[in-house]
Amino acid sequence: MIEVKGLRKSFTLGKRRKTRTVEAVRGVDLSVAEGEIFGFLGPNGAGKTTTARILCTLLEPDDGHAVIAGADLRKDPAAVRTKVGYVPQGGTTTDEVTAREELVLQARMYGMHKTEAVQRTEEALASFELTEFADRQCRTYSGGQRRRVDIAMGIIHRPKVLFLDEPTTGLDPQSRAHLWDEVRRLRDAGMTVFLTTHYLEEADALCDRIAIIDHGEIVALGTPTELKHGVAGDVVTVGLNGDGPRAAELLTGRDYVHNLELGDDGLRLYVDDGATAMPQIMRALDGGDIHFDTVELHRPSLDDVFLIKTGRSLRDK
Amino acid sequence: MKFLRDTWLVYTRQLLLVWRTPARLVIGFLQPIAYLLLFAPLLKNALASAGARTYADAYRIYVPGLLVVLVLLSGFFAGFQLLGELRSGVIERSRVTPVSRTALILGRAFSEVTTLMGQAVVITIVALPFGLTVEIGWVLLAYVMLALMALMACALSYAMAMLIPSPAALGPLINSVSQPLSLLSGVLLPLTLAPGWLVTIAEWNPIYWTTNGTRALFTGNPGDTSVWLGMLIVVALAALTVTWATRMFARQVR
Ligand SMILES: Nc1ncnc2c1ncn2[C@@H]1O[C@H](COP(=O)(O)OP(=O)(O)OP(=O)(O)O)[C@@H](O)[C@H]1O
Ligand SMILES: [Mg+2]
Repeated sequence: MIEVKGLRKSFTLGKRRKTRTVEAVRGVDLSVAEGEIFGFLGPNGAGKTTTARILCTLLEPDDGHAVIAGADLRKDPAAVRTKVGYVPQGGTTTDEVTAREELVLQARMYGMHKTEAVQRTEEALASFELTEFADRQCRTYSGGQRRRVDIAMGIIHRPKVLFLDEPTTGLDPQSRAHLWDEVRRLRDAGMTVFLTTHYLEEADALCDRIAIIDHGEIVALGTPTELKHGVAGDVVTVGLNGDGPRAAELLTGRDYVHNLELGDDGLRLYVDDGATAMPQIMRALDGGDIHFDTVELHRPSLDDVFLIKTGRSLRDK
Repeated sequence: MKFLRDTWLVYTRQLLLVWRTPARLVIGFLQPIAYLLLFAPLLKNALASAGARTYADAYRIYVPGLLVVLVLLSGFFAGFQLLGELRSGVIERSRVTPVSRTALILGRAFSEVTTLMGQAVVITIVALPFGLTVEIGWVLLAYVMLALMALMACALSYAMAMLIPSPAALGPLINSVSQPLSLLSGVLLPLTLAPGWLVTIAEWNPIYWTTNGTRALFTGNPGDTSVWLGMLIVVALAALTVTWATRMFARQVR
């Protein structure tokens, strides 16, 4: 449904003399199947929005090719527009108008006649549970309600592919769960959903497949389970009281520790086999006279995948 | 056909927004009305040399100038709103649809023009009890001229906003264009009061002709050279600036 090859985009900032080039997207390749929820996971500034905007025809790529729902992005952007829906990161509802007015306008911008636009609006309002306040000005809506209006606008023309840029940022857990259900419902109705997020839970729970993007490059791609299994072995976390740096020094270079990450409240150790590594770790710490509070064994999470691939944690933001 | 329909869509939406935010509309009025009430009465004597013998004469000279200031200055500020809408994503949302790009900018410009003309009509009506007397036919023609000036100012402002998409830098640029244009056109006081050299410079300013034309129509001298010349100039300028603005916009937003 979406085929992307070698996508690149850089921005030039600053005035004549002091120009600086930001390479926002640096050769992205990906392929999204019909009817899947594809997650684009990455930290701030990774290039998620830029990629989504390119694929929705809003930005021209510097290089690369993409075919979306059979339409070539560069040769026929007009065809792409009729096949994709886009819900931008910030949302775009206008305070002074009602949800109904927004939806009718959006439908008409897609070229629908008035009667058809009104009817589609009615359907969209009902399916996103917006009918109740459809005639109130958008300024009176909650964050979750606004977001639902945004998404309803994005699908008013029944696109084959929907791009959602950080759909749940700033929502409370309940609205987020509600929105996830909406997105799943769209997928079950046959829509392909491309969503960006910097929430690990969201990528894990909602997405069928994930690409992890960092500094404009995809560093990992697969189903959440594949990605987690791709991290060899187990994770051992050790809760330490301020002795972190000393413990890290002590454990660095031991053959049963592949990788080690020092956090605020302790250490995260990547090991082949947790059952044999745990006693060794405890013995080493005892030997170094380091007091520890807890030692726990985990299966790797998406954050661990991110950490291994980029050397940074996504969570500490 | 599609282009006209799309322009209509954008136009009606923008007007709806104006209608729903009456505060902005009122603020747009306050200054011209204040000038009308507090400044214009001084003018009977001041404008004596320009041929004003009565209050009606003074208002016929002053009101058209005030309207020119209104449409030019408000029109010049349209670019700021466009920048705001480009930033907030309102335009982005339209750009993912197949809607005509030219319609996105023309619909906005037309809505600005309509709002300004509404204000111009109200100001004219407010001036009537003070003794402004006009001939309706010629005043309607004057409104056409004002509307074209408003369109020109909007389009120029949009084009400049595309050129310099930062509100902080756009302000000074707009001022540096609008200040000399309005000073050298005799909008507040007619340049018949000015020394010869100033008039010579002003004759190179297109706004000088359109201002004089508007004034001639208000005072009931439709045969004045400035009427047809001003009309010719403003039609040409409006066409030019609108073309420039739509080109710049299409390039910017693809
Ligand atoms: N219009 C632009 N002009 C200049 N630089 C830009 C522009 N848009 C994005 N960038 C830069 O490109 C990089 C990628 O930005 P992008 O918005 O794609 O990140 P993101 O992954 O969506 O981040 P976030 O999670 O914060 O939304 C950033 O360094 C950003 O500063
Ligand atoms: Mg983003």
